[in-house]
Amino acid sequence: MPANEAYITGVGQSEVGVKLTRLPLLLTLDAVREALSEAGLTIGQIDGVSTYPGRMAMMPGFSPVGADELIDALGIRATWHAGAMETSSQLGAVVAAAMAVRIGQARHVICFRTVYEAAALARPTEYPPLRRETVDGYSQWFAPFNAISAANWTAQYAMRHVKRFGLTREQLAQIALTDRANAVLNPRALVRKPLTMDEYLSARMISTPLCLYDCDRFTDASTVLIVSAGGAIGEVSCTPIRIAAMAGTVERHSWDQAEWMACYPTGTDLWKRTDYKPTDVDTAQLYDGFSFQALAWLEALGFCGVGEGGQFIEGGKRIALNGELPLNTFGGQIGAGRLHGFGFAHEAVVQLRGRGGARQIPGDPRVAVCASGGGPLATALLLARD
Amino acid sequence: MGAPRVLPRLDAENRFFWTGGADGKLRLMRCQECATFIHPPRPVCRKCLSEKVAPAEVAGTGTVDTFTINYQEWRPGLDVPYVIARVAIDGAPGVYLTTNIVGCPVEAVQIGDAVQVKFERQGEIYLPLFEKID
Ligand SMILES: [Zn+2]
Repeated sequence: MPANEAYITGVGQSEVGVKLTRLPLLLTLDAVREALSEAGLTIGQIDGVSTYPGRMAMMPGFSPVGADELIDALGIRATWHAGAMETSSQLGAVVAAAMAVRIGQARHVICFRTVYEAAALARPTEYPPLRRETVDGYSQWFAPFNAISAANWTAQYAMRHVKRFGLTREQLAQIALTDRANAVLNPRALVRKPLTMDEYLSARMISTPLCLYDCDRFTDASTVLIVSAGGAIGEVSCTPIRIAAMAGTVERHSWDQAEWMACYPTGTDLWKRTDYKPTDVDTAQLYDGFSFQALAWLEALGFCGVGEGGQFIEGGKRIALNGELPLNTFGGQIGAGRLHGFGFAHEAVVQLRGRGGARQIPGDPRVAVCASGGGPLATALLLARD
Repeated sequence: MGAPRVLPRLDAENRFFWTGGADGKLRLMRCQECATFIHPPRPVCRKCLSEKVAPAEVAGTGTVDTFTINYQEWRPGLDVPYVIARVAIDGAPGVYLTTNIVGCPVEAVQIGDAVQVKFERQGEIYLPLFEKID
């Protein structure tokens, strides 16, 4: 293995649920144990930790565990660590880890994302919600107008597709329908019941054109990816998955001053950094905290033209498990739970190793693309099994 | 709306924007060197890096660039539905304001609608809402 490459080796995930009582640090430990076991590594071989967004005391459910805390709690001797929100998005933590191992700052880095929003909401005395009298920073441009949720911000981009490109509800529905169909086959998925078109079309609106089923929901879970240096792959027992290209480009870090979401320049940049082409991709795992974001990523990554996403997914066959581009085979965030970005990279690795069980895509997948983020947040990773 | 709005915290950089509606004028930060409008307001021009920037009046009209009708009651008592829109501001290329379109049924708002500012006073703060121009 080339020493200057970065690989995803062990991957792991905790129980996924809502209102879990197992502590978030222990959920993180569960995911760490599973990832270590798969990689054949011990905690003593871990010398780096990377997370997104780092512990956030102001929003305890959103990010209850920090890199610092994990290092201390698990007795890790870290030669490099990071946890920060000001990066390209959730999978920016993996990008940082990959760069760290490529330049020799660490050999095996635990990358993790732990979410505890459902439990925190259910137990406000343990996890008191933030009460704000006034807002500053970017929130001041949205909250005073009750444009409170990313659902509202994403909906406005989606509405532009509806009006400019003729995106229909039936077309957009295919993201949620595909997610929910795949989630049935994933034992760890949060929602294991298929969704019909009739149910989708009769669902209540959240923020037009997004209905209830276009939105993920609060979940308690931890997901871990171990990023290993090429020079340390000899220590690993699982099939290493090479990070073939990475991108995370933003011009205006804003939900309303940017003409397009950051996924578009990010997708373009990803293909400039590899000889692979979109036609080489065997499966796509694309952020769908809101369904429209996955549709935008399909366009941004060049699987279809800008504005053609609705037609591309129409009928759902193309993105189904046995279609030409299987999408979000674990159920995405809409079906599998709001794992917040890391679920997409986890699943890309699972599929490339042929370990998807009932949801394994056919053939011999060798190349997968995964992406996280919406609005001004965007990270894309191209993964390959050499 | 039933539930009170969450208000911006005024500081040296944003005060002119949020209080400028007292005389009915919408103001945006503008570079005195190259005439670029800078929003959100910052003490430097993002185009030429000049620090010679100052609030400038604009006409207060614009066009609905995109919108959404919000139905979710995000906070107790929030009156729904209401329209959230991104308005492209006339005379300030590249500047959009996220706002509410008021004074018409929610179904009446479309992309491309011409709108004009209608300030809603909240103490010393004047929120720039917009209404359709007939
Ligand atoms: Zn200038």
